[in-house]
Amino acid sequence: MNRIDQRFADLKEQKRTALIPFITAGDPAPEHTVGFMHALVEAGADVIELGMPFSDPMADGPVIQKACERALKHNVRLSHILAMVEEFRRQDNETPVVLMGYLNPLERMGLQAFAEQASASGVDGVLVVDMPPEEADEIAPLFKEYHLQSIFLVAPTTSKERAAIICDHGEGYLYYVSLKGVTGAATLDVTSIDQQLESLRQMTSIPLCVGFGIRDGETAAAVGKVADGVVVGSALVSRIADNCERPERAREELKRILSDMRQALDACPGRCFRQDDL
Amino acid sequence: MTTFSDLTRLPDARGHFGPYGGRFVSETLSFALEDLEKTYMSLRDDPDFQAEFDHDLAHYVGRPSPLYHAERWSRQLGGAQIWLKREDLNHTGAHKVNNTIGQALLAKKGGKPRVIAETGAGQHGVATATVAARLGLKCDIYMGAEDVQRQKLNVYRMHLLGANVIPVESGSRTLKDAMNEALRDWVTNVDDTFYIIGTVAGPHPYPMLVRDFNAVVGREARKQSLEQIGRLPDTLIACVGGGSNALGLFYPFVEDEGVHMIGVEAGGDGIETGRHAAPLSANAPRGVLHGNRTYLMSDEGGQVLETHSISAGLDYPGVGPEHALWKDVGRVEYVAANDEAVLEAFRELTHVEGIMPALESAHALAHAKVLAPTMRTDQHIVVNLSGRGDKDILTVAKIDGVEF
Ligand SMILES: Cc1ncc(COP(=O)(O)O)c(C=O)c1O
Repeated sequence: MNRIDQRFADLKEQKRTALIPFITAGDPAPEHTVGFMHALVEAGADVIELGMPFSDPMADGPVIQKACERALKHNVRLSHILAMVEEFRRQDNETPVVLMGYLNPLERMGLQAFAEQASASGVDGVLVVDMPPEEADEIAPLFKEYHLQSIFLVAPTTSKERAAIICDHGEGYLYYVSLKGVTGAATLDVTSIDQQLESLRQMTSIPLCVGFGIRDGETAAAVGKVADGVVVGSALVSRIADNCERPERAREELKRILSDMRQALDACPGRCFRQDDL
Repeated sequence: MTTFSDLTRLPDARGHFGPYGGRFVSETLSFALEDLEKTYMSLRDDPDFQAEFDHDLAHYVGRPSPLYHAERWSRQLGGAQIWLKREDLNHTGAHKVNNTIGQALLAKKGGKPRVIAETGAGQHGVATATVAARLGLKCDIYMGAEDVQRQKLNVYRMHLLGANVIPVESGSRTLKDAMNEALRDWVTNVDDTFYIIGTVAGPHPYPMLVRDFNAVVGREARKQSLEQIGRLPDTLIACVGGGSNALGLFYPFVEDEGVHMIGVEAGGDGIETGRHAAPLSANAPRGVLHGNRTYLMSDEGGQVLETHSISAGLDYPGVGPEHALWKDVGRVEYVAANDEAVLEAFRELTHVEGIMPALESAHALAHAKVLAPTMRTDQHIVVNLSGRGDKDILTVAKIDGVEF
């Protein structure tokens, strides 16, 4: 079984909600990324989403845009990012790593080369933000061939028909975008998220994780009540931004915020418990 | 792809022009785009909608725009007869308004109280602010901070029209960054906002509908050529930024095999310097940006490159996907004109014909200047004069060392 499915199977058994941090590879400089990844695992990460920086991150808010700019100042390329994952894997062969980014750098590298090398580096899944399943004809079979799981987004605006298509193509977990908006936006409506996730559950049995708008233990726990996992990005990346010159400090901050979320999630009976209560 | 008539049947149902185009957007926008596509497809062949569009073009924009025989300039160049399709005479001063009139009608049908747009030269921003004022819609315009500087006059024009101009400080601070920001706004405010894209780029259905709304240029030019020249022209020339004025002119001629078509991109300091905005002429690799696959200037890591052009309206690293296909199948020839030649053409037309072209349009003129002398005097070139140069006076004055 691949690492993502294994991890969610374990979590289900342990009745725990997945905690999925996102950081941008190479932010604030390439040499810190692997250390940050290990720190996130120590603080309770179940899956790591590693952003592949792009010059034009259309679906991201200012926090992650700036992270891309910091990383690109160091000319971070896909080959460097794959080397980071490879290095991470030397010490950690269990934590799933999902690459998240935009299509153009992948196309420029060559989809075949990317799939082959990502898989060899120990990447488990890939989420290409600007590639809905309808445009995945070329990439999906390659990812399958190299055992990379295709992670897709579902949005509050996604129609039932589209949701069915996405559920058909999605692997690993579905990433439910909790808000209309870009990453880093505010305000969550847990009741509406709950309703949307329920209707997705009619269509698929893969885990449903929620991202966009999760900032701290409180928001994580609130969403954790209705989702199989929570994704936290901008809240972490903004700590890196505040501590660009002090990477050690950034690392501690990442650990602190993520531990808070871990505790809040573990203290608050999550969806798995609720399911058993029913 | 075998015959040119096949080209008129594109895009396919999924918005693809051969290997180009498509809908590469984050999931949050899929619904809005599907909705827009449905609305547009239901209205496209609706006679009432067409009648409303035609009425606005006639009485608000002032169409048809003339096809003007630049006799003096033609004589001076000593070759082919040059005809100017006078989009500069449209209300607001460029072809851009054809499209904003059309999209504003769609916004109205969709009941959206707010419109947003990206703009480079500011012409599309002005054309959007104009239709928004007329329909009483709230209007926010995204413009790269660099372009806000370059096109101060248009910025104030938009302000006077009641629009809010938002300078974009991210990335290269030009048109592509304005488009990123507009897309981010749309994702966030998709319930009450209509995004009026200004060129034949973006995700499906935009490249199709912007083309359709601008095709009035070519339909008129074709008819006027038959009336005034007595036959179809030998050559059409238009500048290509995203490619809307070029597609607008070319599209109705696509099956006229005898008509040669040339798209002129922004050569900046010269293709060989890398400082340009000419993805087609420079044979840039294929890439994906702003929702479609096309020729895209990006580095080896797939990061989109900064572009350079004297004209803000052409300063874009990609190009409409239909142009990408037309290049591959050889229907249109794509060339580039450098800043220097563009300025020369700008001055020459102003002096010789008393028509001050937009710097964007001067790219097409610069190529006409090269091409005309190689042709016979009984041959005819139609150049799309996509806009007027008033907005560029400050830029040219600065080059002349004049400060106000
Ligand atoms: C007068 C004029 N011509 C041409 C363009 C370039 O756009 P397109 O290639 O879509 O016609 C612009 C864009 O701002 C413009 O203002």
